[in-house]
Amino acid sequence: MTFLPLIPATLLVAALATLPLYADGYCLSLSLSLLNYTVLATAWAMFSGPTRYVSLATVAFFGIGAYSVAVLGEVLPWPLVLLIAAAVGGAVALLVGLSTLRLSGVYFVVFTFGLAELIRQLVTWYEVNVTRALGRYVFVDVTQAQIYWQMLALATLVFLTGWLVGRSRLGFALRIIGDDETVAPHVGIDITIVKVALFALSAVFMTLAGAIMAPRWTYIDPAIAFNPMVSFQVLIMALLGGAGRLYGPLLGVIPLTLLFEFLIARFPNHFSIILGLVFLVIVYLVPNGVAGLTARRAAR
Amino acid sequence: MTRLLEISGLTRRFGGLVAVDGLSFGVAQGEIVGLLGPNGSGKTTALNLVSGALKPDAGTIMLDGRPIAGLRPDRIARLGLARTFQLVRVLGSMTCAENVVAGLAFRRPVLWGEAAARRAGALLDRVGLGGRGAMPADALTYIDQKRLELARGLALSPRILLLDEWLAGLNPSELQEGIALIRSLRAEGTTIVMVEHVMDAIRSLCDRCVVMNAGALIAEGPPAAVLADPAVISAYLGGDDA
Amino acid sequence: MILIDALLSGVTLGGMYALIAMGLTLQYGVARIMNLSYGEFLIAAAFLAFWFFTGLGVNPPAGLLLVVPLAFLVNWAIYRALLTWLVARAKTRAALEVDSILATFGLLFVIQGIALVAFGGAYYSYSYLAVPVSVLGSTIAANRLVALAAAAVIGGGLYLVMTRTRLGTALRAVAVDPVAAQLVAIDIRAAAAFAFALGGGLVAAGGVLVSMFLTFSATMGVLFTMKALIVVIMGGVGNLMGCLVAGLLLGLAETLVSRFVDPGLTLAATFTLFLGILLWRPAGLFGKAAR
Repeated sequence: MTFLPLIPATLLVAALATLPLYADGYCLSLSLSLLNYTVLATAWAMFSGPTRYVSLATVAFFGIGAYSVAVLGEVLPWPLVLLIAAAVGGAVALLVGLSTLRLSGVYFVVFTFGLAELIRQLVTWYEVNVTRALGRYVFVDVTQAQIYWQMLALATLVFLTGWLVGRSRLGFALRIIGDDETVAPHVGIDITIVKVALFALSAVFMTLAGAIMAPRWTYIDPAIAFNPMVSFQVLIMALLGGAGRLYGPLLGVIPLTLLFEFLIARFPNHFSIILGLVFLVIVYLVPNGVAGLTARRAAR
Repeated sequence: MTRLLEISGLTRRFGGLVAVDGLSFGVAQGEIVGLLGPNGSGKTTALNLVSGALKPDAGTIMLDGRPIAGLRPDRIARLGLARTFQLVRVLGSMTCAENVVAGLAFRRPVLWGEAAARRAGALLDRVGLGGRGAMPADALTYIDQKRLELARGLALSPRILLLDEWLAGLNPSELQEGIALIRSLRAEGTTIVMVEHVMDAIRSLCDRCVVMNAGALIAEGPPAAVLADPAVISAYLGGDDA
Repeated sequence: MILIDALLSGVTLGGMYALIAMGLTLQYGVARIMNLSYGEFLIAAAFLAFWFFTGLGVNPPAGLLLVVPLAFLVNWAIYRALLTWLVARAKTRAALEVDSILATFGLLFVIQGIALVAFGGAYYSYSYLAVPVSVLGSTIAANRLVALAAAAVIGGGLYLVMTRTRLGTALRAVAVDPVAAQLVAIDIRAAAAFAFALGGGLVAAGGVLVSMFLTFSATMGVLFTMKALIVVIMGGVGNLMGCLVAGLLLGLAETLVSRFVDPGLTLAATFTLFLGILLWRPAGLFGKAAR
C-alpha cells in the first residue's frame, strides 16, 4: 500500500532511461540540464525545506564535485573519483555545519553566502601557487548518453533518499525542528546532529551532481565551477516549486530550466536582471511554491 | 533516602541580575510540588535550568542520583524529564497524533511506526482529545492545545514532569477540568513540579510548595502554611524587599 | 617602514568597513531587513561618483553631498514599495528574516545586472588627490586620508545622533523591542523606513569614499555585502561600537594577511576571524547574550 507510488515512479525512470536511444543532441543536453537542476533543487529542499535555513552554498558543493573530477578524473577509476568527490563534499559540509548550525540561522545564511566565494579563492590560490596553472582540462572518456544515465540514476537516488528520510525518524525530527526549534530538544532530539546530518547528506548529492556534470565542460577554472548564478537558480526553482514537499522543487525546475534556456539564448546581456525580477515575483506572489498552493487547495 | 530530584545551590545570572540565587529544594517520588513566587522571581528561569534550556552558573541538579546540571536539554529529556511551556507550544503544521509521536520517537526506548501511532491514540484519549488525532494542531482551542502539549510531555514517559503555568488562562470550567486531569496523573504516581499562580489549583493539588522571591527561596512547606507565611504575603503584595 | 604602512592601510580599509557595517546594522537591527543587495548600493554609489568626477568634473567630497541624499530617497522608496509588503505578511521575526533574505537576493541580481549592462565587467578607478603624504615616516595617498577622515566624521555623527537625540533613542528603542516602542507612541513603521533609508545613505557614502582609492567593478557588491554582514555579526547586531571595533579588526586582519602572507588568502582570513569570534562569543563582541 505505502509502496504504491514506487510502481509508476519505476516506470517513469525506465521510460526516461530510453531517451538517449532516440533523442537528438540538443534534446539530450536540455534533459541533462533538467536532471541536474532536479538533483540540485531537490537536494537543497531536503535540508532547507523543513528547517527553513536558507542555504546559498549550492554551487560550493557543485564546484567541489566538478573540481574533484578535474583533478582526479584522469588518474583514478571513475567510481573511486565519485566516491572521493562525495567524501570531500560531505566533509566540507560537516565542517561548515558543525561550526555554524549551532548558532542562529542568520549566521548560517551569511556563512553559506560566502562559502562558494571562499572556496573559489582557496582553489584559485592553490592553483596559482602550487600547480601554477589556473584552468584545467577535463579528460574523462564518457559520452553524453552515459552522463545522462548517471544523472538519471543520481536523480532517482535523490528522490528515493528523500522519500526514505521523509518516512524516517530523522525526517520527522527535521520537521519538528522546522516547526519549533525550542520544543525539539525537549522531546529528546539532538538538533545539531540532525541538522548537520541532513546538511551533509544534501551536500553529498550536490557534490555528486557537480562531479557527474564536469566532463561536459572540457575546460574548467574556478570561475566556471563556482559560478554563484547556479546557487541562485537552484534557490529560485526550489522556491517556485515549493520546498516543503519532495516533489515540489521538480515543479519549479521544469518551467524555469526551460525559461532560463530561452532567456540565455535571447537576452544574454539582460539575463541577470530578468532572473532577479522572476525571483522577486516568485517571492512576492508564490511564497509557498506551487506545491504549497495545490496542497492548500486540497486541504480546503 | 535521596529524593527523585535534588537541587542545591542553583544560580544563574543575566549580566548584573541574579535571576536564580542559590536555590535548593528537592522533590520526592510521586510528589506534586508547587513552585510559587511573584512575577520575575525566577521560577521559569529555574525550570529552564532544570530542563537544560539554560545552563546554570553554579549549583547541582540530581535526577535520581545522576547529575544533570548543564547537560543539553535533549539529554535531560532522554533521562526522563518532560516539560510544558509557559506560552503553549504545539507543532502547528502537524496533526495532533504527530505532536504526540514527537514525544515518543526520540525518547529511550524509542517508539515509532504502528506502535507509536497506537500509543499516541491512547495518550490523546488520556488527556481528553480522543478521536482528534488527524486534526491539525493549530486548529485546536487554547485549552486543547494545552492538553496536547501535556500529552506530548507524557509521551516521554517522564519520571518527572515540569508544568510551567499550565493552568493559566483557562476559564473557570476549563480550570476544573485541568485540575481534575492533573489530579488523575498524580493518582498514577507521576511526579510533578508545577509553576502556578492559580491558588485554588495549588491548594487542591500540591503536596508541598516552594516559594521564590528575587531568585531566592523564601519559604517551603505545605500549601496552607506557606500561603499564610508573612514573608510570602509581603513578597506577593510588594513588601519592602520587592 | 612596512608595518606602519600596512597598519595605516588596514585602518583606512577597516574604517570603511565600519562605516558600511553601521548602515547594515541599522537596516538589520532596526528595520529587521537582512539586506543581501546592500553592497550593490555601494557599487552603484561608486559608479555615480566615478561618473560625476570623470564626466561632470564634480569632485568626490562634493559628490557625497549629491549621492547620499539620493541613496536615502531611493532606499526609502524601496522599503516603502517592496519591503513593507513583506513586513505586513510576516507572522514572526524569523519569517521576515527569511523573506527579506530572499527578496533582497533577487534585488541583488537585478541591480548587478543593470550595472553589468551599463558598465560591463571591467574594473574602474579614477585618480583624485593621488598625492603622497608622509605620515609617521610612511607615505600614504591623500585620498585615503580624506576618505578615512570623512568616514570618521560620518560615523561619529551617526553615533552622536543615535545616542544623544530623541530620533536616535526612538530608533534604538525599536531595535530593542518593537512592541514596547509602539506603546510609547513611536511609529515603528516610519522608524523602520527611516532606519533602512539611513542605512542606504551610509552605504552610498561608503561607496563614494571607497571609489576614491580602490578599483571597483559591477560584480564586487557581493563581497562588500558579505564583509558588512560579517562585521555586523562579529560586532553584535545593532551595536555601532561593535561595528567600529569589528570593522577595524577585519580591515587590519585583511591588510596584514595580504601584505605578509598572501593576497589570495584574505577571504580565508576573514572567514577564520568570523568563525573564531562567533565560536568564542556567539552573540558577537558587543552583543548581549539572549535571556
